[in-house]
Amino acid sequence: MSASPTWTIAGVRDALLARKTSARELAEDFYARIEQRNPELNAFLALCPERAYAQADRVDAAVAKGQPLPPLAGVPVAIKDVISTESVRTTCGSKILQNYTPPYDATAIERLVKAGVVILGKTNCDEFAMGSSNENSAYGPVRNPAALDRVPGGSSGGSAAVVAAGLAVVAIGTDTGGSIRQPGAYCGIPAMMPTYGRVSRYGLIAFASSLDRIGPFATNITDVATVMSIIAGHDSNDSTSAAVAVADYLAEMEKPVTGLRIGIPEDYFGEGIDPEVKTKVEAGIALFEKLGCKRVPLKMPHTDYAIATYYIVATAEASSNLARYDGVRYGLRVGGNTLMDMYRKTRERGFGAEVKRRIMLGTYALSSGYYDAYYLRAQKVRSLIARDFWNAFEKVDAILTPTTPTPAFKLGEKTADPLEMYLADIYTVTGSLAGVPGISVPCGKTAAGLPIGMQIFASHFGEARILQLSRAFEKAGGFSI
Amino acid sequence: MKISREDVLRVAELAHLELAPEEVETYRGQLDEILSYIGKLQELDVSNVQPLTQMRPRSADGASVVGAGVEPELRDDVVVPCSVADAVLAEAPDAAKPFFRVPKVIER
Repeated sequence: MSASPTWTIAGVRDALLARKTSARELAEDFYARIEQRNPELNAFLALCPERAYAQADRVDAAVAKGQPLPPLAGVPVAIKDVISTESVRTTCGSKILQNYTPPYDATAIERLVKAGVVILGKTNCDEFAMGSSNENSAYGPVRNPAALDRVPGGSSGGSAAVVAAGLAVVAIGTDTGGSIRQPGAYCGIPAMMPTYGRVSRYGLIAFASSLDRIGPFATNITDVATVMSIIAGHDSNDSTSAAVAVADYLAEMEKPVTGLRIGIPEDYFGEGIDPEVKTKVEAGIALFEKLGCKRVPLKMPHTDYAIATYYIVATAEASSNLARYDGVRYGLRVGGNTLMDMYRKTRERGFGAEVKRRIMLGTYALSSGYYDAYYLRAQKVRSLIARDFWNAFEKVDAILTPTTPTPAFKLGEKTADPLEMYLADIYTVTGSLAGVPGISVPCGKTAAGLPIGMQIFASHFGEARILQLSRAFEKAGGFSI
Repeated sequence: MKISREDVLRVAELAHLELAPEEVETYRGQLDEILSYIGKLQELDVSNVQPLTQMRPRSADGASVVGAGVEPELRDDVVVPCSVADAVLAEAPDAAKPFFRVPKVIER
């Protein structure tokens, strides 16, 4: 088999049905690519050939018998290492779970497997998904396939990198403050964060439970829509999962965009934006106007408070969620003379610097005497940020912004200053706090060849609207504008 | 200065984190910078704003998520068999079935 083609979900299906390849051969081909490319990218933390080939053989048996194939039959996928996969080591990019193997599949994984995917392995990420560059992984940073001296973004940097480098057809990531969209933008591929509650979080190892979401990376919008239609839907194992019907994304996304109102919040184009990013996103907006969309200027006055709000809400929830890593039930244990001693030594040794920093920040914000000033106030500002979105969606069908203020930065460029790193998420955290869905789609490159991302938000459960606009943009050549 | 050495030590204690002496000052400086930035939340008047305590979007207009008072949908409380104990204990650093073993807690 040639290692050159960019595989799509439909391409895999056609090749299997035409007997041009088998699911096993395809998996072998991808493992060969991974062996060649992963040493420089460091994007995979674990490979699971045994599980992959067992699934591939099931698909091949179905092809041989002429049985109907499930929608994602034989599609090679990669899963971010914060999502539980039965019999496959899941570390969350942390030393504290270095030897942890989950006894079950997350709901999203279970659905993908039922749809026929072949899971190749687990992708590198910032420790417990806390980071914007993948440099907080205990297993070393991922490198950006578009420029090896640059970060792939974070926290789902590995998932973005493997799809961009052709080491998986689709990857699954998680987004808490931008962790799907920002690496999607930096690596130059579509990357979608669904509405909060649209995809079950069961089996997603929690960072910030009111913000965490699971979503796909792919090379094209059709594949994003196909994966979304599999993983979306209610799950009785997640009390925050929504009992809202899932739209027919593949049909909806082909509808014309003429007449749609696109909101452009001026607050996202001000101070700090790279001129090349601004130029390309402006060109993207102009393309939508050419397609018949109406441009509506917006004000979202609380945008500037989103990072501060996010770093209280997310760290408070993290400090609570990560209390479970105490050396008792799973993961690392460092012995001590007393129970307390064991807890403290285990957590000291097991957690990296950023995780400790966020646990302390969250603990501080929730502690007696500071709760009202920090946590309660942040929850109130979160309401104001959400209200900015509701007010906007009374006037527009979607909101369009840059995904990030700059293209991918260099490895090591922001590691010395945690606050500067946090500000890399300035355009993505707003939608996280409001619970709305968002996507990053490719929107050209800088003169130096670095990918630029454009972000599209819609109102709650407006995934179909986002896919419709993204598909129109893709068809009109917007990805390489 | 928002946060002192003592604050860092107190928070580490609450979070069951052991810090090396040289880490204390590093974290103090970083947390101080982050909390100073977060201080901008004080600029806003939030006296008439409800906290967003539950992220439970219900409808496409999103109206029901803002503010409090949206009750979660609860499933029926039905007892179902659950036999995962062996699989769970298999991941424990120190298990003595059916228990997790830990250092002695009670001194006498």
